[in-house]
Amino acid sequence: MRLTAPDGYTASRDYSVASAPEDTGRIELTVERLDDGEVSEFLHDVVVPGDELEVRGPIGGFFAWHGTGPALLVGGGSGVVPLMAMLRHARRIERADLVRLLVSARSPDDLYYADELPGPQSTVIYTRRAPADAGRAAGRLVLADVAPLVRGGETAYVCGSPAFADAATAVLIEAGVPVESIRVERFGPSG
Amino acid sequence: MAGITRGFVGRRRERDPRLPPGQYDARDEWPVLHAEATPNIPAERWTFTIEGLVENTVTWTWDEIHALPPSRYEGDIHCVTTWSKFGMTFDGVSVDTLLAAAKPQAGATHVMAVSHTGYTTNLPLEDITGGKAWVVWNADGQPLSAVHGGPARLLVPHLYFWKSAKWVSGLRVMDHDEQGFWERGGYHDRGDPWAEQRYQGD
Repeated sequence: MRLTAPDGYTASRDYSVASAPEDTGRIELTVERLDDGEVSEFLHDVVVPGDELEVRGPIGGFFAWHGTGPALLVGGGSGVVPLMAMLRHARRIERADLVRLLVSARSPDDLYYADELPGPQSTVIYTRRAPADAGRAAGRLVLADVAPLVRGGETAYVCGSPAFADAATAVLIEAGVPVESIRVERFGPSG
Repeated sequence: MAGITRGFVGRRRERDPRLPPGQYDARDEWPVLHAEATPNIPAERWTFTIEGLVENTVTWTWDEIHALPPSRYEGDIHCVTTWSKFGMTFDGVSVDTLLAAAKPQAGATHVMAVSHTGYTTNLPLEDITGGKAWVVWNADGQPLSAVHGGPARLLVPHLYFWKSAKWVSGLRVMDHDEQGFWERGGYHDRGDPWAEQRYQGD
């Protein structure tokens, strides 16, 4: 997305698409509001329905699930956004059985799509503060969280901060997922 | 539409003239953004091969490539995700030295850089010759860590950093251009940060 000021100054950012590909004509971007975020604060505070925004894409194409073959999705924080597109797609084409989604959030307050996530396909773990009925103490992602979700033959999609991505990838490898079956989207810092 | 965004003013910061358009100074950070699991490649298993349209297909082992004349890059690097780093030092060997051994044939115009992970990225031959590209194994005096492409990566610092293939395993010399991993996904074929060639069509 590129924003242009009256004097020609521009600011560009990349965002993940959260909507399923079936949503023809409508694209949902989920944008985390960052402290001092030049673009994210503008999108949260200034944009109103009817505004026009310049967008280009999608760019990348590697971090996409095409609705065939099993997929294990592992997201940390706002890293769940592109995985949500996959889960929604799977539910829409009635192949939710192909997808398993593991989400890591700091606390229930930090969980994205809290209303939409629940279902047999999804597991949520909390790293800082877990609700009483979470069935697991708060703590970082470990092998015991991932191992029950691995069935063999799946492609794994990992999205989150670089630290989360590396930790989750290491756990997936430990759980027996081949390195070449793991795709990673690392959230980079931006201007 | 490419007009003015209603209500957007932006926050201009004083710009360092060393920064290409749209970039910021990452200072002490060195972000990591590759799209695969970080591989653990022991130096003794690492090799580098130049093949394709060459007189000699040549493979160097870790020890063999270290026996070549050393070459250093001191300067800046720029990532398409908008971070830049100033004053980096990389040590390795010049790609000129490697190509001199393999001898590209007449008609060679491009190379595909290939990694031990299967990653690929395409480059015009003229962007990796004439002292513009290296295979490096040290960064700022330390062995290149795995997350930054160690044991060795390609270094083409005048282009966006996705061209500097991590865990590089070789170059395939070609008589035409062919898109690599990110280029197929919509990133620019050349990637000059000063021309802000981020995506296809820029």
